Amino acid sequence: MSTQVTEQEQEEQETVEEAVEQTEAVGAARAAQVDYGFMEEKAEQEVRDAETTVKLKVFRYDPEVAGKKEPRFDTFTVPFHKGMTVLDALMYARDHYDSSLTFRHSCRQAVCGSDALFVNGRQRLGCKTQLADLDDSEGPPGTVTIEPLPHSDVVKDLVVDMQHFYDQMEAVEPYFQTDEYPKGELEEQRQTRENREKIKMSTRCIWCSACMSSCNIAAGDNEYLGPAAINKAYRFAMDEREGEAQKQRRLEIIEQEHGVWRCQTQFSCTEVCPKDIPLTEHIQELKREAVKSNLKFW
Amino acid sequence: MHEHDVIVVGAGGAGLRAAIAAHEEGADVALVTKLHPVRSHTGAAEGGINAALRDGDDWTDHAYDTMKGSDYLGDAPAIETLCSTSPEEVIQLEHWGMPFSREDDGRVSQRPFGGLSFPRTTYAGAETGHHLLHTMYEQVVKRGIKVYDEFYVSQLAVTDHDDPEDRECHGVVAYDIRSGDVVGFHARNGVVLATGGDGQVYDHTTNAVANTGDGPAMAYRAGAPVEDMEFVQFHPTTLPSTGVLISEGVRGEGGILYNKEGERFMFEYGYANNAGELASRDVVSRAELTEVNEGRGIEDEYVYLDMRHLGDERIVDRLENIIHLAEDFEGVNPLEEPMPVKPGQHYHMGGIETNENGETCISGLYAAGECACVSVHGSNRLGGNALPELIVFGARAGYHAAGRDLGEAQIPTGPSAGTEDETGLDTPVSPGALDSPDEDVAADGAMVDPGAVVESAVERERTRMTEMLENDGRNHAEVRQKLQKAMTENVNVFRREQNLKKALEIIRECREEYQDVAVSDPSRTYNTDLIHTIETRNLIDIAETITLGALARDEFRGAHWREAHQERKDETWLKHTMISWNDGQPKLYYKPVILEGEEKTYEPKVRSY
Ligand SMILES: Cc1cc2nc3c(=O)[nH]c(=O)nc-3n(C[C@H](O)[C@H](O)[C@H](O)COP(=O)(O)OP(=O)(O)OC[C@H]3O[C@@H](n4cnc5c(N)ncnc54)[C@H](O)[C@@H]3O)c2cc1C
Ligand code: SF4
Ligand code: FES
Repeated sequence: MSTQVTEQEQEEQETVEEAVEQTEAVGAARAAQVDYGFMEEKAEQEVRDAETTVKLKVFRYDPEVAGKKEPRFDTFTVPFHKGMTVLDALMYARDHYDSSLTFRHSCRQAVCGSDALFVNGRQRLGCKTQLADLDDSEGPPGTVTIEPLPHSDVVKDLVVDMQHFYDQMEAVEPYFQTDEYPKGELEEQRQTRENREKIKMSTRCIWCSACMSSCNIAAGDNEYLGPAAINKAYRFAMDEREGEAQKQRRLEIIEQEHGVWRCQTQFSCTEVCPKDIPLTEHIQELKREAVKSNLKFW
Repeated sequence: MHEHDVIVVGAGGAGLRAAIAAHEEGADVALVTKLHPVRSHTGAAEGGINAALRDGDDWTDHAYDTMKGSDYLGDAPAIETLCSTSPEEVIQLEHWGMPFSREDDGRVSQRPFGGLSFPRTTYAGAETGHHLLHTMYEQVVKRGIKVYDEFYVSQLAVTDHDDPEDRECHGVVAYDIRSGDVVGFHARNGVVLATGGDGQVYDHTTNAVANTGDGPAMAYRAGAPVEDMEFVQFHPTTLPSTGVLISEGVRGEGGILYNKEGERFMFEYGYANNAGELASRDVVSRAELTEVNEGRGIEDEYVYLDMRHLGDERIVDRLENIIHLAEDFEGVNPLEEPMPVKPGQHYHMGGIETNENGETCISGLYAAGECACVSVHGSNRLGGNALPELIVFGARAGYHAAGRDLGEAQIPTGPSAGTEDETGLDTPVSPGALDSPDEDVAADGAMVDPGAVVESAVERERTRMTEMLENDGRNHAEVRQKLQKAMTENVNVFRREQNLKKALEIIRECREEYQDVAVSDPSRTYNTDLIHTIETRNLIDIAETITLGALARDEFRGAHWREAHQERKDETWLKHTMISWNDGQPKLYYKPVILEGEEKTYEPKVRSY
């Protein structure tokens, strides 16, 4: 029993030493350019003091800087604490070792949609992903691999070009359109609770693009509207306040060649959506609505 | 150089509303924003938006509640404008399709909120801000308004007349984050600043990482005074480990607070015998910290907020988002256990001085939203009053900048509106006085050609950024962390003179250390290192104005508590603290509060809940 404990202790000791080594390697590269004295010493001390650490294997690429044009992975070792998220760890690495490490983030609470990343092979929001949840073992995972969202052009490090995603969103006329406004200026356009409930999940989208990045069809067909845009169309098509005529117009938009019929019901979008939007279900429902409306017209 | 009639800086609730308004007025308008619009922090607002919409409610009651909540430091013309206009603005959102929660009869739902005499907080689940932001962005897309997203505005292009009231703003300078270009934006009619909050001054905040007070700091250095900066709102229910907000909606729906002993302390210890958990935010925040300081906190840090008794169905219907936040960010399932909560920085009542039309004292420069202080919140903002502020004053600033006549403003602006200067303030260090003040101020030689004013600002900014990129030096993160820590330790919910002075000394150190800051990432593409470095300078300026204001105001009003001054001093302090940046030095002066509105005159009363 006691030998076991010692072995375990020894192992832990080794991990920490290795961690410090890694840290130093990255640190040294930086120190060559800039004097980071204070921060780096502090970081190394923190890593030594930490009971547990996490290794981040992070994708790096900068089209402009000589040594960084070739994509590569850098490893950062950061001290782990309970409740730490992938985003916390990235920020630690940036603020203590390499301030050129680039990623988008803002709200830290899963509402701004800016930090969707490819973490251990899956699309996730960095801020909403607890390091401790990344593998089955208790405590922190050994190494976490962080890459930019697949199927998107990389601008730098973890930042991808979102333009295509925005374009697809805009293609579905993502704004409320009704011809029938209530008479009084202060009168509401009444909506039943049931109808509000029906569109509720679809209104939660934060435009993070995780779904689009996970979709095989979107990867192969650049014109495919994709799950987020179709979900946006659903949000309006199902809103009773827009009226029947408008709904038909919306169905025509999503029925176009690169619209709903491209979806092959693989569910990958639904699996990764951080807002739990039942994307595949919404797409299927729109397909059914489209069929129904076709029957009506022809 | 880009040229438009109206340039709106920032695309949160206030910026989007300003842009739509200017567009309605026929102006060619552009939104310039460092984040894509849907990433703005307005999306994080949870609880709701106040508007007197129902029979039995009246906007004058809303105005009275707001004045009382402000602890009589709001300006009546601004409060009356806010409360009388918010119903039509909220219904406007509804007409734009915003998915509000609904009653059985199909009308929008309203709920009770702290400090309100009527349940007038209109909401969309516990994600009101998300829906408001997206609904307005949709309208911007519909109108085809030009958006320059991921453009970081770092400087205003203002003429350099000696007196700020003679200056004119002709545009802004921005760093194109994607390409690294420094570009000028010339505004033919006006610039509207809508850059949001500055919670990053503190290390425990509900605010986004991007909330760094850029707008107020830029306007301040260009000569527009900042107002009531000492009034920082701490929200009583934030999650201890991250600062993520648990909406006031939880207490609005009947959530209760209790301490380690299981006591419902708001009543048990008499903090608010009538309103209990629904007392105003400053009252509840102080109550919680008193519990912790007196040893009745849990783990010496927080208290519990419990909503289990509301029943799963009601929680899922109205506060579903809270379940996810508590689970994801604190590992607590609030359907089964109480949530740990403590106060955290949340909102800044102070900001760029404006009048009801959104104008600052610099002609052509407007401000709206959290970065501005039109003075509707006074010393304490009521929950649900920021979102109506965004749309009411965002719209007014947009209309005015585009040329609509909104009538003569009642609120005077600029140093000449001040009554008395502060002479006797005893500060430990002379604040702000470091060399190179000119980098901040406007163009050289009183230039008349607006385009040239913008060009010259662009040139100065190019030089400044190149220097930062080429020089070696310290990492800004070090300075930022030191500043945040100092503010949290010394300029928090409870304020003591010696701590405020300590904070000023540390801020001064940060300012000196900042002189050696350099950007280590040499890249032009997406250089967040450069952006964060510029933001850090803004945080230093904001922190200094907060602390100076707090030191000057030796009374206890609203969110501002002073240890040695435990009463509200209406004889001397019914006035705003104003700070302007003159020749590289902050100057403090005062401006009287306007308690006389068109509707009525508000008499200061004892504030009890
Ligand atoms: C968690 C939370 C919950 C809240 N809940 C409520 C609530 O229920 N009810 C309520 O009334 N209020 C609430 N508030 C307050 C309210 O949401 C905010 O005051 C308000 O959303 C601020 O809006 P804004 O438009 O002024 O700024 P933001 O929405 O923060 O937008 C700022 C914009 O400025 C841009 N920007 C900033 N700096 C620059 C720069 N240098 N260059 C270019 N662009 C720049 C950003 O990109 C962004 O687009 C809450 C606040 C928080 C933090
Ligand atoms: S649908 Fe879900 S995954 Fe797709 S963009 Fe919206 S929030 Fe992200
Ligand atoms: S930082 Fe906003 S969603 Fe993660």
